[in-house]
Amino acid sequence: MTPSSETLAAAPSVSARAGFGALVRRRPETITALLLVAICGTVAVVNPAFLQPATLIDIGRASVVMGLFALGVFIILAAGGIDVSFTAVAALTMYSMTVLAQSILPDLPIAVILLLSTLGGAGLGVINGLLVHHLKVPSLIVTIGTQYLYRGFLLSFIGTVWIMSLPPQMGAFGRMPLLQFSAANGATITLPFYFLVLPVAALATWWILNRTLMGRAIFAVGGNADIASRLGYSLRTIHIFLFGYAGALAGLAGIIHVCANRQANPFDLVGTEINVIAAVVLGGARITGGTGTVLGTMLGVLLIVVINSVLVLVGIPSTWQRLVVGSFILLAAAFFVTRQRKK
Amino acid sequence: MRRTGGQLAMLVAINLFLLAVGALISGSFLSVFNLQSMASQVPEIGLLAIGVMLAMCAGNGGIDLSGIALANLSGVMSAVIVTSLFSSTESATAFSLAFILVALLVGLAGGLINGLLIARLNITPILCTLGTQMAFMGLAVVLSGGKAVTVGSPALLSSIGNDMIAEVPISFLIFVLVAALVAAAVKFTPYGLWLMLMGTNPKAAIYAGFPRNGVLIATYALSGTLSGLAGVIIAARNINVKFDYGSSYLLIAILIAVMAGVKPEGGYGRVICVVLSAIALQLMSSLLNFGGLSNFVRDFAWGLLLLTFLAVGRYDITGFIAPVRRPAIPSPPVPQASK
Repeated sequence: MTPSSETLAAAPSVSARAGFGALVRRRPETITALLLVAICGTVAVVNPAFLQPATLIDIGRASVVMGLFALGVFIILAAGGIDVSFTAVAALTMYSMTVLAQSILPDLPIAVILLLSTLGGAGLGVINGLLVHHLKVPSLIVTIGTQYLYRGFLLSFIGTVWIMSLPPQMGAFGRMPLLQFSAANGATITLPFYFLVLPVAALATWWILNRTLMGRAIFAVGGNADIASRLGYSLRTIHIFLFGYAGALAGLAGIIHVCANRQANPFDLVGTEINVIAAVVLGGARITGGTGTVLGTMLGVLLIVVINSVLVLVGIPSTWQRLVVGSFILLAAAFFVTRQRKK
Repeated sequence: MRRTGGQLAMLVAINLFLLAVGALISGSFLSVFNLQSMASQVPEIGLLAIGVMLAMCAGNGGIDLSGIALANLSGVMSAVIVTSLFSSTESATAFSLAFILVALLVGLAGGLINGLLIARLNITPILCTLGTQMAFMGLAVVLSGGKAVTVGSPALLSSIGNDMIAEVPISFLIFVLVAALVAAAVKFTPYGLWLMLMGTNPKAAIYAGFPRNGVLIATYALSGTLSGLAGVIIAARNINVKFDYGSSYLLIAILIAVMAGVKPEGGYGRVICVVLSAIALQLMSSLLNFGGLSNFVRDFAWGLLLLTFLAVGRYDITGFIAPVRRPAIPSPPVPQASK
């Protein structure tokens, strides 16, 4: 029997779908990008106010801190671990650093403040790494412990006072403009200088993961830790590097958070970690490790930030935010898993 | 199973030690009133910890992070549904019974969702329960509009929260009873055997023909039902239910499970140890309160304690404390299933 015209017509569309499926399997972040475009498109149609430069710059500004966190979480996730202590690392370093700059060393230049908080975060991260390596328990449980440890330390021994007036150099850094222009209604819109930190950190992370031996090692450990260690990768070095790097990013994110908001609240940040993990997972990184891209992570962050900020614009009450993000995580997880099984 | 006796003996010793310290610090620590008030605080967190233990025992990265969110959702949803059907002052008994039933059903349903997602769709438990935690909490926010929902104190419900039988709080009795039931299920039924063996070696369990999906679904459904029960007790004790009640319970439930010697990688855990470690944690918490320390110091102490107990589990320090003969040859590492 000759093939009917129907099957002939269907054949190209099947191969197109297979091509799309292969693309999604190879680059799961395609879905994230599509989702992002779809959401932005819908919102722009429902409420054209969304496409104003002010909104877009707000989204860019809001994604800096979360993006830095997400890069740290992503690199740990790529190696098959998970970190929930990064918010506590950020809170502890940002608050201690602010106290230090305010009362003990008031003349500290901003560059040194940024450097010190990055180093402080790295130090706390190294503690995480050592504990994860030597205790040999899932890193989720270890980092839940250190989250409480760091935050408890901050609140019991360093302070619980909300610092409203920052040292001048920190406030100035938060206001320093990268790009400034006037909107149609006369208001000045500023893209702050600290926004640059995110692309730089993203590039650095990309470079580490794709161009260095450490990057190879991280994905190898994420794929199968036993085999990686038999191949001669030192798990101890990798764990220390991973958590140290994530801690450094968290420390940097913390101090930027303070400068951007012009206040240091010790109760801040902790509690937002699930949003960040959600962003990384929505960006296509598998939670069991070994996969993911920096680009995908950034798309995931944008997706979460956009969802958080547009719900109100399209008239959905902000109380729905958690439910929507939670459902997105489950949908993304289910989607990626079913895709992988068809391989 | 070689550490079984040691862990139990250590927990009993810790409890006795804490009671002794309490008695030394303040004469009123061992007063009936203080003991009652401590006992009535254990059940909420204890029930959640048993849920975490079951999920951990199932192995393959099993953990239930959605416990407290589901407990709050059960309370909130039940309060919203039942207050629209009955009045808590006029038909107190009907209100209470309906409240308990709906809360347990919501818990069961939430647990089933977790179980189905993990067993059928193969989503990693951490990710799945992270997502459902957010979804459950989000649903509770949506249902309650972000505000506390008043349950009131109808006779039956308030007696669960506040009354005593023979000087023991009813909620504590319920907790002990439920814990005993779960312990019996784990020890004497095929389900318990499957659960532990599957946690020990998931791959071997599949080749041995265990009903993997059934065991997983049952485990998370049971954990969810326990959360529902915790939601009932929270409502009974607090008159109001709110979506963000007990935000630190997530860590504490895991801390209790780890302190009880439950292996995070699966295959081992005892309910009685979880009960004892929940009690020990409550004693410690009350001691810190008696010492006039702030909640933040307590958080710090919890973190330190969790890490300490992880180290104890890792280096088998229990062997030094409790005299248990250990086999000379350590058991070979269990190969983990790659997927």
